Amino acid sequence: MTDSSTPAVDIENAAKRYGDFTAIKSMSLSIRDNEFFTLLGPSGCGKTTLLRMIAGFEDVTEGAIFLFGSEIEQLPPNKRPVNTVFQNYALFPHMTILENVSFGLEMQGNSRVDAHKRAGEMLELVQLSEFAQRKPAQLSGGQQQRVALARALAPSPRVLLLDEPLSALDLKLRKAMQIELKHLQRETGITFIFVTHDQEEALTMSDRIAVMSAGELQQLGEPRDVYERPRNRFVADFIGDTNLLEVAITDIADNLASCHVQGGHQIQCGASEGVSKGMTAHLSVRPERLLLSAAPAEEGSLRASVKENIFVGTDITTLLTLDGGPDLTVRTSNSARGAARVFDPGADVFVTVEAGAARLLIN
Amino acid sequence: MAGGGVHASSGPVAETYARARHQLLIPAWAVLLIFVAVPVAMMLIYSFLTKEFRGGVIWEFSLAAYDQFFFDRGLFGDEPPKFEWTYVTIFWRSIWQAGLATILSLLIGFPTAYFIATRPEKTRAIWLFLVTIPYWVNLLIRTVSMKFLLRDQGPMNDALLALGVLEEPLRIINTNLAVQLGLFYSYLPFMVLPIYAAVERYNFTYSEAAADLYASKWATLRRVVLPVVKPGVIAGCILVFVPSLGAFLAPDLLGGAKNFMIGSLIEEQFKGNAGNWPFGAAASMILLTLVIIVLLISTTQQRKTREPG
Amino acid sequence: MSAKTDVKAYRGFFTVTLICLFVLYAPLIVVTVYSFNDSLSITVWQGVSLRWYADVFTGVESAKFKTAAFNSFSIALIAATVSTLIAIASATALVRAGRFRLRLPSMGLIMLPIMVPEIVLAVATLIFFNSIGFTRGYLTILVAHISFCIPFAFLPIQARMQGIEDTYEQAAMDLYASRAQAFRRVLLPLMVPGIISGFLLAFIVSLDDFIITNFVKGAGVETLPTAIFGSVKQGIKPNIMAISTMLLAVSVIFVAVSYLAAKWDNTKSHLKTDPAR
Repeated sequence: MTDSSTPAVDIENAAKRYGDFTAIKSMSLSIRDNEFFTLLGPSGCGKTTLLRMIAGFEDVTEGAIFLFGSEIEQLPPNKRPVNTVFQNYALFPHMTILENVSFGLEMQGNSRVDAHKRAGEMLELVQLSEFAQRKPAQLSGGQQQRVALARALAPSPRVLLLDEPLSALDLKLRKAMQIELKHLQRETGITFIFVTHDQEEALTMSDRIAVMSAGELQQLGEPRDVYERPRNRFVADFIGDTNLLEVAITDIADNLASCHVQGGHQIQCGASEGVSKGMTAHLSVRPERLLLSAAPAEEGSLRASVKENIFVGTDITTLLTLDGGPDLTVRTSNSARGAARVFDPGADVFVTVEAGAARLLIN
Repeated sequence: MAGGGVHASSGPVAETYARARHQLLIPAWAVLLIFVAVPVAMMLIYSFLTKEFRGGVIWEFSLAAYDQFFFDRGLFGDEPPKFEWTYVTIFWRSIWQAGLATILSLLIGFPTAYFIATRPEKTRAIWLFLVTIPYWVNLLIRTVSMKFLLRDQGPMNDALLALGVLEEPLRIINTNLAVQLGLFYSYLPFMVLPIYAAVERYNFTYSEAAADLYASKWATLRRVVLPVVKPGVIAGCILVFVPSLGAFLAPDLLGGAKNFMIGSLIEEQFKGNAGNWPFGAAASMILLTLVIIVLLISTTQQRKTREPG
Repeated sequence: MSAKTDVKAYRGFFTVTLICLFVLYAPLIVVTVYSFNDSLSITVWQGVSLRWYADVFTGVESAKFKTAAFNSFSIALIAATVSTLIAIASATALVRAGRFRLRLPSMGLIMLPIMVPEIVLAVATLIFFNSIGFTRGYLTILVAHISFCIPFAFLPIQARMQGIEDTYEQAAMDLYASRAQAFRRVLLPLMVPGIISGFLLAFIVSLDDFIITNFVKGAGVETLPTAIFGSVKQGIKPNIMAISTMLLAVSVIFVAVSYLAAKWDNTKSHLKTDPAR
């Protein structure tokens, strides 16, 4: 056994280039054993390429990838103790479900009888035993998804790679599968590396998230951390909804920065590293961290007028314009308590930023 | 092969064309019924008629043609009937030769088709183009070229002798090997093209999934690639085997008199000295039956591999 | 990626491909080279010359070859044209006109000449013309060629038509085009690459045919293949290699044209793409 501090996957200065095109700029990343790790980013950000490099379908142009401490560059995919759940599932169309699931086990050298036995257990785990003799085309999308999962888990890989496995499912099924996947990961204790472009999915399932863009790692951290303390504008904007305001830093005192917003508004917030007086930066405030009121609060309230209210079920989203300044979005929970803070379009209101909710971003 | 997989469009456009569909098919039906279907039916009738010397038939029912094919001195003669091996042997040799040519084509054709299908899109067209050109070149010319190349004093022997590989020229012409090579050479493009089409449609994530599940390269090829592209492989084998079976040029030009195949046997009844039309028609019917059996087997195979749903 | 780690690549397949191409081209290249041989013998190389090309046009057999070439090309031209027209009409009915009772039988009938072995078709056609008392000659060859060219013209045309969604015709009809106009102004122009391929394939197949022609031709009527075959029976002569090389050139030109037609095809990006890709 490897000692528990050895990372499951260690990516060291790995880069990937196709001719002139750089898919991944030199990147370093450590994925711990037993963790549910998500690579999150918009399409074309290099997340799938990185996953395929770990699986062995793409070679590493520069740098190295270690699996439990050993270098794997020279190992072909069939020699890596890593399995993939493919985006389109790639279930072999000419084999039955049982044959699909036992394939990896047979290839590992297990006898057909043993392989089928274990495959049967895996199908039980994903509740598809009754479909064992069917062909993939006879199953629904969600069932195919679970077969793909069972097939990848059957050989007990040390790391499971999932390439946007839920993207083809409808919303309800996707939500159910998210929870199922999370459970499965806890039960098996296998390291999951999950690729997705859906930030909500990433927040729901992951122990840690790596946010990627344009072949670069933007931020690495726990879901809450990434959501509440985005490191740059890209992360703030990509994860969740946010208000991004262009501000000028007018003063810094006691690690608090005074930010000037167009229209003469002032917002106080914690000064992050690299912030200095006189520079312009961006302020990110989540809509649910803004409060509306008819009268100004003691300090830091901004005057605004309501443009529109949008009912989205659990919340009410209010669009408003700061007096002489930019637009803001405020989210108020659709509850009795929240109802008091919803105003009709045209009404003049005051906006208060919750303490510690504003985050200053310099890039 | 019958084009049964062709789907018909439906909807508003289909309805407007529907009114004219029978008129549109009249020319095809007229030409193909009169000049293909009716002739084949007449050939069947001819095989049951009495032969006239120097070609043609007498309109009298007779089983003599089939009798001559299978039995020595005739089933209805005075002596006890004996099985006649001459013609059955020719048929058997044809099947054997065509089979060997098919296997040889598959061994060369599959890797070629696979290699071309995995080229980047830009160079793929060039490779495909290179394989297609010989398909468009006159078969007679290709067979003559092959004969020229393989001759005892031909360029191949000259080259091998000059290089010191051989001490004496290879005598290939007029052997079974020459016929196999000729058939292989004639129909090789027919093997490559359908397999190429199948591999090109093949979804390579299947191979990745197999490798991911610890399959070696050859296990991947055998257990995943081949079963998935099987329809293309079967189509390629049919396209080589069927024309090889009834081939005339390669056996006639490369094989000489000793390596007679079905094609030559039939030809001789009509163009050559034998002049036995009912027997030629009967031999053609037997060949046609063989081909139909092969096609039926392949269709059921194709149907088996087709994915459900 | 190296062949070791790339799951797509197989070591040795490249070599086999080269062998394949070598096998396909070696005989053709050898014959082309020897057609320029300035020697009476086909075995001895005596330097480059065009004398056998001159011989084809002016030699003892030149009259025979000229008539044969005229027969071959005129038959191929007429047979390809007629079979292409028949194929367009049939494809329209079979692809565009919905499902109907005669659809599958029609499909089977059209494919019949491809499925029946050539020698069997030759025998059947000979028997047919003989029994109706039709004198064998140019006309019997032409009729036989039209019949067996139909499936070869049909296949590319039908494939192309299936690739064109009928929304274009729907749109045309929506914009007040009659059925005939929608066909002529929308479907037919989109069909052009398929029609060119079908025509060229039919032309080459007709030009290529030896067996059926040999059976149905009358005494004295020859096409290029039958003339060449008759000549080769007495041994391969240098003038045959010259003719072969010229026919080879014709074939290469044909593939090039059909290749360009297919290329042109690719520029029409608005057509339905293969769902499997």
